[in-house]
Amino acid sequence: MDLELNETQTLIQKTARDFATRIVAPQAAELDATERFPRETMRALAELGLMAINVPPELGGAGAGAVAYALAMQEIARGCASTAVMMSVTNMVGEAITRFGTEEQKRRHCPKLASGEYAVGSFALSEPDAGSDPGAMRTTAQRDGDGWVLDGAKQWITGGSYAGVFIVWARTSPPEAGARGVSCFLVEGGANGLRVGRPEDKLGIRASNTVPLEFDRCRVPADALLGQENGGFKIAMMALDGGRIGISSQALGIARAALAASVGYAKERRAFGVPIASHQAIQWKLADMQTHVDAAHLLSMRAAWLKDHQAPFTREASMAKLFASEAAIRVCNDAVQIFGGYGYTREMPVERHLRDARVTAIYEGTSEIQRMVIARSVLGS
Amino acid sequence: MDFELQEEQRLLRETARDFAAREVAPKAAELDKTGRWPSEILAKMAELGLMGVAVPLEYGGAGMDALSYALAMEEVSTACASCGVIMSVNNSLFCDPLAKFGTEDQKKRVLTPVARGEKLGCFGLTEPMSGSDAQTMVTSAEKSRGGWVISGAKNWITNGPHADWILVFAVTDRSGPRLKHTAFLVERGTPGYTQNAPDHKLGIHAAHSCTVFFEKCEVPDENVLGAVGDGFKVAMATLDGGRIGIACQAIGIARAALERSVAYAKERKSFGVPIAQHQAIQFMLADMATQVDAARLLAWRAAKLKDKGVRHTTESSIAKLYASEMATRVTHKAIQIHGGYGYSTEFPVERHYRDARITEIYEGTSEIQRMVIAGSLLK
Repeated sequence: MDLELNETQTLIQKTARDFATRIVAPQAAELDATERFPRETMRALAELGLMAINVPPELGGAGAGAVAYALAMQEIARGCASTAVMMSVTNMVGEAITRFGTEEQKRRHCPKLASGEYAVGSFALSEPDAGSDPGAMRTTAQRDGDGWVLDGAKQWITGGSYAGVFIVWARTSPPEAGARGVSCFLVEGGANGLRVGRPEDKLGIRASNTVPLEFDRCRVPADALLGQENGGFKIAMMALDGGRIGISSQALGIARAALAASVGYAKERRAFGVPIASHQAIQWKLADMQTHVDAAHLLSMRAAWLKDHQAPFTREASMAKLFASEAAIRVCNDAVQIFGGYGYTREMPVERHLRDARVTAIYEGTSEIQRMVIARSVLGS
Repeated sequence: MDFELQEEQRLLRETARDFAAREVAPKAAELDKTGRWPSEILAKMAELGLMGVAVPLEYGGAGMDALSYALAMEEVSTACASCGVIMSVNNSLFCDPLAKFGTEDQKKRVLTPVARGEKLGCFGLTEPMSGSDAQTMVTSAEKSRGGWVISGAKNWITNGPHADWILVFAVTDRSGPRLKHTAFLVERGTPGYTQNAPDHKLGIHAAHSCTVFFEKCEVPDENVLGAVGDGFKVAMATLDGGRIGIACQAIGIARAALERSVAYAKERKSFGVPIAQHQAIQFMLADMATQVDAARLLAWRAAKLKDKGVRHTTESSIAKLYASEMATRVTHKAIQIHGGYGYSTEFPVERHYRDARITEIYEGTSEIQRMVIAGSLLK
């Protein structure tokens, strides 16, 4: 047991921290207000090696592992949660292709994801009526000659307007097959028959582009199939296990930003003749915020470390994601309270942090799904 | 980064787990009911080296590290929280400061038999009107020829009714703007040192505590621990370690409650299925397991920093605060899962609930931990 970081991890953390402080944080309020896609920032992240942290160097990635990835995500999310989630999804797409792709698929897509030639990669699993239960999915892929034809709709697709490549899940067996009848396809941005809908108007992560997709006789070649036919569910679950480490890190980054802002404000703002930091009511909140941030951090690090050691980490990733997302919401809520009226205005960043934090308990498996995963493991069922 | 335990740490954990399951757990309900002092269990713990886990071999200890101690504390507390705290006081609050601040003579004369478990130690800081705020301490010590004369009372002294030695804190200088304290070692039987009858408590019934009195109790100079006037420093450094022990006690109690709840949820049926199939129950179990894990990681982090010789005051407070409040929540949910049975003494979870409650109070209340954490954030 040792919590010290190795040299690579320290370096990536520092790189991400500096970049977040210098570039990402100063533009976060503007991005939130205008919902502008931060194309130049995504490219800069790629140049720093942060868009394919856990993809091997021979495919253009940093090959630095899951712990390094989690640390970098925290730092970027501290600057801007919207930027961070697109970084998270792109990393997840790169990892899934690395893990399940053929040599050719890897060589075609990974270097472009890593270098920023693709602005982002997207992950198209959820549907209007099937979120955390992919067995209920309705999008289909029918064999057509030596290729496939995709039909159906996808929902809540992060980065969809700008994605160079999508991983799309579709049913390749009759509905009775449930989750075992689902396959995975690589669809390039701008493919014929793929319509990208209007971006969603959201509570938070407003600069993170979220769109519905429609597949209308969208034809893809045979080599678009990622992994085994009907083996898509396994890919989704493995990707999400890793993705949950990303979202727990995003939640942590948001919570850290809210805590740091609160500490700064509590020392300046005065009430009853003293800085509000002198009142125990405020001190208590800060102590609880720090405690929860630390606990969430350790849970995330443990999950990432297990992943780096090829050990099972489904339960641990769910614990990290559940704990960190719910902690982030509480921490940001307390931050708004510490700021009082100012906290409720756009003048101060904490109202954005609260809005941004809220989604972390929803996407990549709601808190309810995480509790189901954990309970299943606790009950040994 | 490494979340794996070393071979030696794993072995100690297994030994403690095995011992706790075999020798301690079967007696826990009886100990709670009768409030009997578990002498025979303590004797076996001594044989296993559990009374001085992190004390060097040459002074009678097991020569292991703080993380090993944390692991053993969790295991013993999972079986019986009373045995856990008796162990914690002896290890964290007595052996640890002696190993750190003691003279060679004190380590040979006092520490060695206590670390071996042949003698028992206790810690006297709290007073009837002075708990976490040592500036209000009344107990004082006056210089005599060749020694000190201690006068005052200390209360809630865990192990007090049985301890052979007490590490007691007294004010030795009232001249400055702040009181200065000194730590003294007092042996049972020293004239003027007496113990009251054990306290009646909500939980940890077998861990006896009492008020102790010092009436012109004279001890020689060689029984001063650390420098004269440095008592507060000794106390605070000791509590930094002690809080890791209590965090692990809380984790052990919570884990026991969780394990019982999992077993019960699989057996008990409602609406035609085991209650484990209802999401209402599953979600409680998921939260309990998540929080136990979070608390353990916080405790391990603090222990690891201690082993590295890095200051860990804040990390210990974070671990103690989170683990103790977690244990109260988790044991509360365990009763809920058990329903009426959980409220009866037939099932162990009501004991776990009572035992958990103290962990938010002793060795610094949750409020004190929050003060420490906020203080470090706002520095």
